[in-house]
Amino acid sequence: MDSALIPEGAKRCAFPKFALGIAIVGAVVLWGVYAMGLIWWKGLNQTNMNDNYGFALWIWADLAVIAVGGGAFFTGLLKYIFKVDELKNIINFAVIIGFICYSSALLILAIDIGQPLRGWFIFWHANVHSMLTEVAFCLSCYFAVLTIEFIPNILENRQANKVPFFHHLAHNMHGVMAVFAATGAFLSFFHQGSLGGVAGVMYGRPFAVREGLLIWPWTFFLFTWSAAAFGPCFTLLVTKITEAVTGKKLVKDNVVHLLAKISGWMITTYIIAKIIDTIYWATVTVPGLGLDIDHFYSNNAFYGYWILFTEIIICGVIPGLLLIMKSTRENPTLRLLAIILGVIGVCLNRWVMVLQIMAIPVMSFDTWALYIPSWQEVATTVLPVAYGIILIAVTYRYLPVFPQEKELNAVQPVTETE
Amino acid sequence: MNKNDKKAHKFGMVIDLDKCTGCGSCMVSCMSENNVPFKEDESNKKDSITWMRVYKLTNGKSFPETEIVYLPRPCQHCGGKGDHGHSPCVSVCPATATDYGYDTGIVSQIYTRCFGCRYCMGACPYHARYFNWWDPKWPEGMEKYLSPDVSPRMRGVVEKCSFCYHRYQAAKDKAYYDGREDIEENEYQTACTTACPAGAIVFGDLYNPAHRVHEIVKPDPHPASINSTVVGKSRNPNVFRLLERLGTNPKVYYLSEREWVRKAGDNYLAGEWDKIKNHHGSESHG
Amino acid sequence: MFPFNFEWVWDMAHVIFFGGFWYAISILGAGLTYCILKAAYDTFKGGGESHHHH
Repeated sequence: MDSALIPEGAKRCAFPKFALGIAIVGAVVLWGVYAMGLIWWKGLNQTNMNDNYGFALWIWADLAVIAVGGGAFFTGLLKYIFKVDELKNIINFAVIIGFICYSSALLILAIDIGQPLRGWFIFWHANVHSMLTEVAFCLSCYFAVLTIEFIPNILENRQANKVPFFHHLAHNMHGVMAVFAATGAFLSFFHQGSLGGVAGVMYGRPFAVREGLLIWPWTFFLFTWSAAAFGPCFTLLVTKITEAVTGKKLVKDNVVHLLAKISGWMITTYIIAKIIDTIYWATVTVPGLGLDIDHFYSNNAFYGYWILFTEIIICGVIPGLLLIMKSTRENPTLRLLAIILGVIGVCLNRWVMVLQIMAIPVMSFDTWALYIPSWQEVATTVLPVAYGIILIAVTYRYLPVFPQEKELNAVQPVTETE
Repeated sequence: MNKNDKKAHKFGMVIDLDKCTGCGSCMVSCMSENNVPFKEDESNKKDSITWMRVYKLTNGKSFPETEIVYLPRPCQHCGGKGDHGHSPCVSVCPATATDYGYDTGIVSQIYTRCFGCRYCMGACPYHARYFNWWDPKWPEGMEKYLSPDVSPRMRGVVEKCSFCYHRYQAAKDKAYYDGREDIEENEYQTACTTACPAGAIVFGDLYNPAHRVHEIVKPDPHPASINSTVVGKSRNPNVFRLLERLGTNPKVYYLSEREWVRKAGDNYLAGEWDKIKNHHGSESHG
Repeated sequence: MFPFNFEWVWDMAHVIFFGGFWYAISILGAGLTYCILKAAYDTFKGGGESHHHH
């Protein structure tokens, strides 16, 4: 039915099956859109946020998708600037995942602000001293970069590519992609960092505040580093899921191993820095403000030392080690375990740096505040996930996303064994 | 721009916690003065707006040693680290919707500029900032009682105590009309100050040695010796500020003769209080 | 955002921040413009031959 659109030589499932899948996920999208409508129409009273929890589930989701979306800028940096050529086999997909993550982040921000129609004030009346301003500018610009990086892949669709102008445009954009990738890396460095800076500059919040370099608190560098480290984990995880769903091998093992290895070294170096940062914060920063580290991890029903241990050891040190050692990295099960732990780890870090900050009492007579999101918040947070699934399904079906797909799925049943 | 400027003020407050009875008059007067909206059901305090909020503190001891203190908490109008005007909230607002008045020391909120990102609320350790989760709704006829000098706020923006800034503007207008250069101490007083039946709140210019607030607080103009970001520490041993060690430099001071109350104003490591309490208030003067 | 916005100040912070911003925007704009113009040129030049690039 839609065979004219499907890349040449690629096998795709029957259209009705595809349509059914889209319809099922589409129902989830509609649920999210309904919740979004409620929030825009009735206001943020539809959430369970309150004056203690001005930043909650959405800001976490925002930070998390941007962190895991960091795979796009980092893979682009490696491919176009450091000329790691093998990554050309996964860069298209990394860009699509990044595009989904960043468009989701922008959508969530549009839902999150109390006066959505005034969203443009952040640009127009910019306070250049606010980390959030830097986030807004770099995030929007970087989304433009991702769109630019995504366009050539769209134009390579079998029908679109028949139009000479589109064909040439895609070709020319590939030609100058290094310039766009470099700009993207520059913008990503700053907005990933600024998202960390958002927490680090809050000197009224001892759990968040960090010293730093010039105007940038240490969290600035930790966030950039962790996005570059864990972003590729997410790219690999989504690739793995796509392979499982389609029942096809889409990227060669050597490419996966290479990205996993780079990610492993990034995670390991990041987690060392994170451990040093945590120790310095716990032994110097916080006691200087009259607080003991126990204050942040006790006397409440949820936040204990387990969250620190899980984030740093289980979801930081372990995936780092699993990915830097050749034997574990090249074991599919252990590699999958490592990338799942890594993705959980970076999301947990973003959770801690948003929600735990808000939960902790600062005044001596204040109390812990815990929070459970409303269904409207959950639905609007699930919305981007469902939208992402649809976009991946559509792009996989109609665009030549994986350059190695044809070779890896040749008609002869001679498949390589793992 | 700075205190050397003859016209510059630094408005501040000192609240005598030994006088406060916890009656709540300050809260009520504040709400009616500033058109603060309320909900039909005010039982959930975490999403209701109280520019002035009275906290109840206890010394944690059992009867008969139990003691209670009520602590009114308006916006602290922080001067920020080093008192340079970079308050925790002002420095983070992405749209310049909250501003530090260098001529008054007052932290303002521009409601029509705020787009409701709530970063300022996260940055404020005092919970002094409130979000309008709902559109304001007044009971039938009550809109006739709203103050014409204060704009009501719409849904989706942050609001907070303004030290009754409109009263400052009115006082300045009157002074100008009378051909005077500046206003008198009693011409500009916040609603909570005037409403307090115990006279526990004293408001005035912390730069003006003739003002009562200055007489009580005796602010030290030099940075504290142990923490250079702290400026304006009181030289009165019974006066303290909330979370002073963070370097937020609030302009709201508290007064109490009770040691446990003064200790409750900040966080101290085990044993730390006993070491510094005797220097408290005067340590930065040495 | 622009020097005519009233909160704009000609200080180092604004120059660095918006310098970086407008620089990035200019590069993206110039790059995109180049690609589009070149594609139009290639098309009208009769670019029947198809390039292969991967």
